[in-house]
Amino acid sequence: MDEREVVLTVDALTKHFPVRGARFGREGKVVRALDGVSFELRKGETLGIVGESGCGKSTLARTIVGLETPTSGAVRFRGADLHGLRGRERDDMRRRVQIVLQDPYSSLNPRRTVQETLLQPFQIHPDVVPRAKRLPRVKELVELVGLNPDHLDRYPFQFSGGQRQRIGIARALALSPEVIVCDEPVSALDVSVQAQVVNLLQRLQRELGLAYVFIAHDLSVVRHISDRIGVMYLGKVAELGERGLVYDSPAHPYTDALLAAVPIPDPAARGVERALLAGDPPSPVNPPSGCRFRTRCTRAQDICAVEEPILHSIEPLGARDVACHFPLIPENTLAR
Amino acid sequence: MTTPVLSVRDLCVEFRTRDGIVKAVQDVTFEVEAGATLAILGESGSGKSVTAQTVMNLIESPPGRVAGGQILFEGRDLLTMSPEERRKVSAEGIAMVFQDSLSALNPVYTVGEQIAELLRVRRGMKRKDAWNRAVELIARVRIPAAADRAKDYPHQFSGGMRQRIMIALAIALDPKVLIADEPTTALDVTVQAQIMDLLVQLQRETGMALVLITHDLGVVAEVADQIAVMYAGRVVERGTIFDLYERTAHPYTRGLLRSMPRPDRDDDTLWAIPGSPPNLLDLGPGCAFRSRCDAAIDLCSIERPEPLPVIVGDPRVSACHRREEVLSGRA
Repeated sequence: MDEREVVLTVDALTKHFPVRGARFGREGKVVRALDGVSFELRKGETLGIVGESGCGKSTLARTIVGLETPTSGAVRFRGADLHGLRGRERDDMRRRVQIVLQDPYSSLNPRRTVQETLLQPFQIHPDVVPRAKRLPRVKELVELVGLNPDHLDRYPFQFSGGQRQRIGIARALALSPEVIVCDEPVSALDVSVQAQVVNLLQRLQRELGLAYVFIAHDLSVVRHISDRIGVMYLGKVAELGERGLVYDSPAHPYTDALLAAVPIPDPAARGVERALLAGDPPSPVNPPSGCRFRTRCTRAQDICAVEEPILHSIEPLGARDVACHFPLIPENTLAR
Repeated sequence: MTTPVLSVRDLCVEFRTRDGIVKAVQDVTFEVEAGATLAILGESGSGKSVTAQTVMNLIESPPGRVAGGQILFEGRDLLTMSPEERRKVSAEGIAMVFQDSLSALNPVYTVGEQIAELLRVRRGMKRKDAWNRAVELIARVRIPAAADRAKDYPHQFSGGMRQRIMIALAIALDPKVLIADEPTTALDVTVQAQIMDLLVQLQRETGMALVLITHDLGVVAEVADQIAVMYAGRVVERGTIFDLYERTAHPYTRGLLRSMPRPDRDDDTLWAIPGSPPNLLDLGPGCAFRSRCDAAIDLCSIERPEPLPVIVGDPRVSACHRREEVLSGRA
């Protein structure tokens, strides 16, 4: 078992958004974007989160860093409830958990130079670095992410997409966080640049002991960077466990179907029949009863419509939890 | 050897901008036969979409301008036809599916009306017949309850379903060539797999040629027969999919393939191509990839490599001074 200390705890996190048109005094409809998500993140670890659009992975990212207030549940940084704290205590905790956003074009203020952008975290949290040491710190940050310190007075438009994402990463690092939530950090980048940014994130993790929650729809990138994987479906975690286990022998039928859809970049592997998932995910406003995946699941039985499967560990499946009444148990694990 | 249904030769497209002339597409050559799939692979700014739009006559002029080359559809050059003739030939023969299906469809008409209108205008079908045919087409792209869904507006469909409607519209006139410009980029992998399956099945049923514009090496590996890799407006390598994925003859293609995370080898660090794509306004002489290339030599900054066969008689073409060495692994 992992001995490293737990830095972030997400506990039964729920976020419901009212659907437009809902009124006071009437039971309004809600989008159940997050519906009871729990996990722990250890120091220096990367937890990858995958799932289709609408599964709640971006809401999860935003709620963890405090851009959304949870409907219920808690996000704890080293035991302190990030949404329960107020004032200085809250600020002090919040700076430890930072976010890198998807789009390096819209997440940087076009009218601020790199230096202005990177100085801003210190203005919001003035106690972290004394005024005189801020500029040297900004230079240090820029070098850390592989940008030229001579370019500090440039504006975002003067940089390429990959360089802008480096600025976004430098900004996230400014306040020396322990946890960084990466919400699709390479999705908007060119293929030839993606690998550079993934390598940078991994180097920073090694050097600074960062823990990542890495959210992406590209399953091969997530596999590459993650220690553990969480698979989300309609606001819930379907499967959570060690990378190798989840990818090589998925236990939840949804994980299995999701992985089967990933194109294999090798023409020699062509012609292998794959079980494709039919249709789209149901609406999170009115999710199916019982197991939310049952409407698209090939293994669904009567019980799946009645009783919601709880995320739990299954003995022969190793270090991983599954929320399924009829998980796929690979034959070789049974034999063992 | 069958004659290609679409053949693009030495195509050049330029855009006039405030900062100068951008040569978005230069000397692009490729062809595709009936029933075959050609993938045009490239990053943003590589010219792959401009190439597709030029074939479809969608380049706004000015600022855009075709500066040279030929686009041969069934042996006839679209670029030398009269505008009326070109419109007729391409409308019947070449169709396109776009990445963004929401903005490509008209929001104020039902999807059935949009398909039926096309059939009425182009095929002179009666209103009722056109509607029935539209419903058939919607069923053909495997949308359940087609007769009902035909009465829905584009926004009532999910992204994947809307992309199917786009495909129904594209195949309505039985085109010989279907150009799909990043048809699955905005979609989830699960839906992407469904759409690619559908395109491949339709191609099998109709025998149309498919030109797939994409940046996704995985999608290319699954469906393409031929591949043309573009970089900074030029085709840098072209060949059969099996040849290219097995061994490349251009350092850019090699870098792309190597930079993909591969589950079969658990490397700690990914191979990364250094730097970023060049500015098309300022390419200078020589090879556009040289500053990022691990095999560059002095010659690369002086003389631009022409796309040439790597081995005499082999269909594979590479625009690299060291193509033979790259292919054999010596560079």
